[in-house]
Amino acid sequence: MAEMNQKQNFLKGIIKENPIFVMLLGMCPTLGVTSSAFNGLGMGVATLFVLLMSNIVVSLVKNLIPAKVRIPAFIIIIASFVTIVEMILEAFVPLLYEQLGIFIPLIVVNCIILGRAEAFASKNNVLSSIFDALGMGIGFVLALTILGSVREILGSGSLFGLIFLPETANTFILFILPPGAFIALAYLTVMFNRLTSKTT
Amino acid sequence: MDYIIILIAAVFVNNIVLSQFLGICPFLGVSNKVSTSVGMSGAVLFVMTIATTVTYLLNQYVLIPVGLDYLRTITFILVIAALVQMVEIILKKVSPPLYQALGVFLPLITTNCAVLGVAILALGLENGSLVKAVFFAISNSLGFSLALIVFASIREHLELANIPEGMKGVPINLLVAGLLSLAFLGFTALV
Repeated sequence: MAEMNQKQNFLKGIIKENPIFVMLLGMCPTLGVTSSAFNGLGMGVATLFVLLMSNIVVSLVKNLIPAKVRIPAFIIIIASFVTIVEMILEAFVPLLYEQLGIFIPLIVVNCIILGRAEAFASKNNVLSSIFDALGMGIGFVLALTILGSVREILGSGSLFGLIFLPETANTFILFILPPGAFIALAYLTVMFNRLTSKTT
Repeated sequence: MDYIIILIAAVFVNNIVLSQFLGICPFLGVSNKVSTSVGMSGAVLFVMTIATTVTYLLNQYVLIPVGLDYLRTITFILVIAALVQMVEIILKKVSPPLYQALGVFLPLITTNCAVLGVAILALGLENGSLVKAVFFAISNSLGFSLALIVFASIREHLELANIPEGMKGVPINLLVAGLLSLAFLGFTALV
């Protein structure tokens, strides 16, 4: 029974409660950084790390925090991990750090992370919170990578930087520009809803 | 001249919502009626201006001299969260009508990434000064208001439109936002 629950905690974030396609949380980084698959993946992994660490810490200290100041306390926990991620990226992956720019400090206000801290980690034990964070985080990574791949394939004729179209080919430059983000996500949401409504 | 360029760039060319993707949550969330979107715009204008003023001064006179600028993210978000609470309390006491109009939107603003985003972006302005940073914040909140109110007016019309089953709800809104963003792309050459 307990094992079933953990599996459910993990799986719900990927499909049934996918943070992007179903719950529409964390839209700013989703639209802002997915002009290529690599950026999408990088942002996803950075967010996954912050989400996992903050879920662990919040579920550990949940009984020590008075209910009235819990939101500011959660924000401080999240902001500390964001600062760590910011420093790690700057030191080891400067290229990604530059590409993601303002969206790295903005992981703090990503509603997915505060949402999971408030809705799940503050009410459940550490193990469940880890599975919840992994599921939600991987759902987020997948969504960002898919959106990034679609935009990169259509917009620059490449995937993860590997160009597979001849130089002279015309690509839909629209898709790497801001409007393309909205339009690509609109159609991906339609497809995701269609696929999930069939299986259930 | 500098200031005119900042204003035009923030409102039209680099519109904070439609080309920089900050503040998408309120943009999609509170845009189903024009009246609520006007209230939200007012609240953003108010908070963004005060938040940028305070964070700019804090960064300039506390964080940099002490050498703690790596703690920028953590201090800024705390200042913004505290500020929103304070504005709410003061407004309630000083101007009840204004509080009535903006009250419900204020708590939502803490998680509005546009406020934190503009506070951080304002530090990177060329030849930055306090006046310039504040002007930058005001321009950006005007850009936010423009995008939000235009989008809300379109959505009011969409309610009467005959939309294909699968596109109803979120997808059609994203598509409309995409077309709006496409229209704003036309301003690119202005600055």
